Amino acid sequence: MTSLLEVRDATKRFGGIVANEGVSLSVREGEIVGLIGPNGSGKTTLFNSIVGHHALDAGSIRFGGREITELRVPQIARLGLLRTFQQTRVFRGMTGIENMLASAPPEGTGLAVMFGRSQPREAARADDLLQFVGLYEKRHLRAGELSFGQQKLLEFAMALMRSPRMLLLDEPTAGINPTLINNLVDRLQRANAELGITLLVIEHNMPVIMRLARRLYCLAHGKILAEGAPEQVQRDPRVLEAYLGAA
Amino acid sequence: MTNLLLLFDAPSLIVQVLLDGILVGSIFALAAYGMALVWGVMNIINITQGEFVVLGGYVAFTAASWGLNPFLCIPVAAAALLVVGWAIYRGVIYRIVDKDLFISVLATYGLGILIAQLINLVWGADVRSLDSGLGTWFFLDGMVTVAQTRVAAFVLALVIGGALLLFLRLTRLGRAIRATAQNARAARALGIDTDRVYAATYAINAAICGAAGALIVMIFVLQPFVGLIYTVRSFMIVIVAGLGNLGAVIGAALGVGAAENFVGFIFGTQFQAAFVFSFLVVVLVVRNLRLQRRRMYLK
Amino acid sequence: MSARGRGRILAALLLAATVAAPLVVPALTVQFATLWVMIILALTWDILGGQMGYNSFGNVVFFGVGMYASAIVQVGLFHDVGAYTAASGTGVYPFTPQQYYVGLALGILAAPIAAVAVAALLGTGMLGLRGHYFAIGTLGLGIAGGEFAASWEYVGGASGFLLPVFPGAYETRALFFYGLCAALGIVTFLVLRRLYAGRFGLALNAIRDDEDKAEALGHHTVRNKVLAWCVSAFFVGLAGAIFGNMNGLIEPREVAFSGATFGVWMVLMALLGGKGTLWGPVIGAIVFHVFKELFWTYLLGWQRVALGLLIVGIVLFFPLGLLGYARERWPSLFGRQAVEGAKR
Repeated sequence: MTSLLEVRDATKRFGGIVANEGVSLSVREGEIVGLIGPNGSGKTTLFNSIVGHHALDAGSIRFGGREITELRVPQIARLGLLRTFQQTRVFRGMTGIENMLASAPPEGTGLAVMFGRSQPREAARADDLLQFVGLYEKRHLRAGELSFGQQKLLEFAMALMRSPRMLLLDEPTAGINPTLINNLVDRLQRANAELGITLLVIEHNMPVIMRLARRLYCLAHGKILAEGAPEQVQRDPRVLEAYLGAA
Repeated sequence: MTNLLLLFDAPSLIVQVLLDGILVGSIFALAAYGMALVWGVMNIINITQGEFVVLGGYVAFTAASWGLNPFLCIPVAAAALLVVGWAIYRGVIYRIVDKDLFISVLATYGLGILIAQLINLVWGADVRSLDSGLGTWFFLDGMVTVAQTRVAAFVLALVIGGALLLFLRLTRLGRAIRATAQNARAARALGIDTDRVYAATYAINAAICGAAGALIVMIFVLQPFVGLIYTVRSFMIVIVAGLGNLGAVIGAALGVGAAENFVGFIFGTQFQAAFVFSFLVVVLVVRNLRLQRRRMYLK
Repeated sequence: MSARGRGRILAALLLAATVAAPLVVPALTVQFATLWVMIILALTWDILGGQMGYNSFGNVVFFGVGMYASAIVQVGLFHDVGAYTAASGTGVYPFTPQQYYVGLALGILAAPIAAVAVAALLGTGMLGLRGHYFAIGTLGLGIAGGEFAASWEYVGGASGFLLPVFPGAYETRALFFYGLCAALGIVTFLVLRRLYAGRFGLALNAIRDDEDKAEALGHHTVRNKVLAWCVSAFFVGLAGAIFGNMNGLIEPREVAFSGATFGVWMVLMALLGGKGTLWGPVIGAIVFHVFKELFWTYLLGWQRVALGLLIVGIVLFFPLGLLGYARERWPSLFGRQAVEGAKR
């Protein structure tokens, strides 16, 4: 099976600091892959590079067989590669339902479409997805008034609204209370199984990532340290050392 | 357009126009560096910058009319603006330091309108200028003339800029200002009174603008409502040079001064204001396009 | 009563007042017409300033462009514009009533086209920028426009452009322009209401709340921003064409590209009424215009001081504006924006 996302030798420096060095990873269509590593190991930088937030210093990134190294954030997003943010980002002044409708993929770029109304079909889909993440009751609240965990769920639902091929999730469970975590993991698995969305997940919560991912990459000091099945990576002495050494 | 051909016929004219532009550019550098300082330290884009410059010019004008030597009017203007800047910080600016840039842009825009009209009420709408009493140097058999005032202004601008740099490097307050610019929260944690630092920064910026205005009134003329153009020049220079690099600010300022002077010469000075504003748009757009190629945008 | 029901009653009352105003107080017809122009300016400033979170200080450019475009077409259809402005007299170059109306109609048609073209051209470059850069980029646009117009002899230079004289009595003329202004104001309001209720409104609000997020979701942010400015320019251009004719003389710095009056007023009115709301700019324009007409002359030289103070004061102490404040204070009466939006 060919890979959906292919990162090859990605290097990113900020001034003198090397955030990513020669990072290569690949994610196949339909997989759930975890990305772990101690704080400051360059995980979020890698996400930012993939979605086009900043330019790479070296290396290339392919998505769905297409070179995306030079593309900009919205272009990459339109190809179906979306990300969520570690510090959640939703449209705080708008209601849940407005957030969802604002995330609906435009069906064209003509004036009639841009000036048009949201379709009932879109509204129905927004309701379904809010139902799916369990925010339907709160759909008329302003997003800024939701709790941090609820905002994370909303952000996830907004991403789903665009029917992405692949989602990059940056610490989806950080700062969420344990009951919501189970809920969220379940939703992630269902999004993968039922909607066929490929997932690449940064996660610090080991039980969560062990449950979720079929494959793990471990990043330390900007380099890929280990990759493989979750149990295997977890037992890898280098990984243990990286975590303990960093602590 | 005939003036363009004139430039080719008489290369000494090119030297003349370039020199005039560069000498004036150094004064723009002062106001621009002040803007960069406030922006970097307080995260405020100060649109009243130009009004401070104009106010400084008027203060110098008044001081000179009381018989003070024109060059002694510079510190007077700076001192007066120091007080004004401090008062404005205490009255208005301290409320917007933590707010987002949109609020500060709107609030300082309103302040600018206010100050310009106050200047108009106090000094009237007439055009003012100040005779420095200095003469003119002639070079190349009189083909190139250099007003000594401009040279003096150039030197003084560099001196003021240098003094500011030393102040930021060597004094306690200067170091506190630089620390706050780096990370305000950390500075507070270390016991720096950031509110005082902000007040000082804003007041110092106003003082620099005041000095710049005192120099400008000796070279050009001032009128209450020309402030905006100085704000725009400062902003343009800061965008080209970036925050916090005095060398780059001076370079960009001299470039802006020279470019403006050439356009003024070729198309006529009545287009100078229009040119500055159009040039700003061009600078912004070009700068952003170049950043976009590297997947970035102006921040 | 529902917010919608109240809105309908309010709209009906306002419509009645619109029709009645010039009939009840004919002496003030021109002032009422100017009020409509102010409402249009405030409403259109708010497209960027309120809904999208991009302060523009240069929208007055479209006012001037619309004015001049209309004037050039009106005169150019029947005479040589350069000679006309050089003679600076309408007496030498007569217009038949038919010529006047045809010219006016085509001029009013040309104005928004020119204004939108300018907005699209400037916007394509400048709206790739983030908000505060855009804001300062627009600072000098009005002045630049005024300077260009003032040095362009073809359109009369600094002495201005005298428009063809209305073929009719003074009262008829006032009523005629009042009708045009009111119609344009109502259309502007309705069009914006419609746009805000659809994808366009969502896209603008998304940009206001978090532009990075909107981009991360794949929005065509730049295109939406440019489009927003073009919508703004369209109506401001139209208003400019009508106002120019109502005024009779286009003065480049004081009327057409007047940053110090219309340019500042539109910002202030939107802030005063409550930016980011549909009715806010309307309320702000009415309050400000009434205040201005009643007290402006007493302020003598202090008008601009008052303007500056008002802007600073509103930004610092009253950021929500009149309507925003009312909504926070009495949410059940005025309905919050978010809740209202959810009902569609």
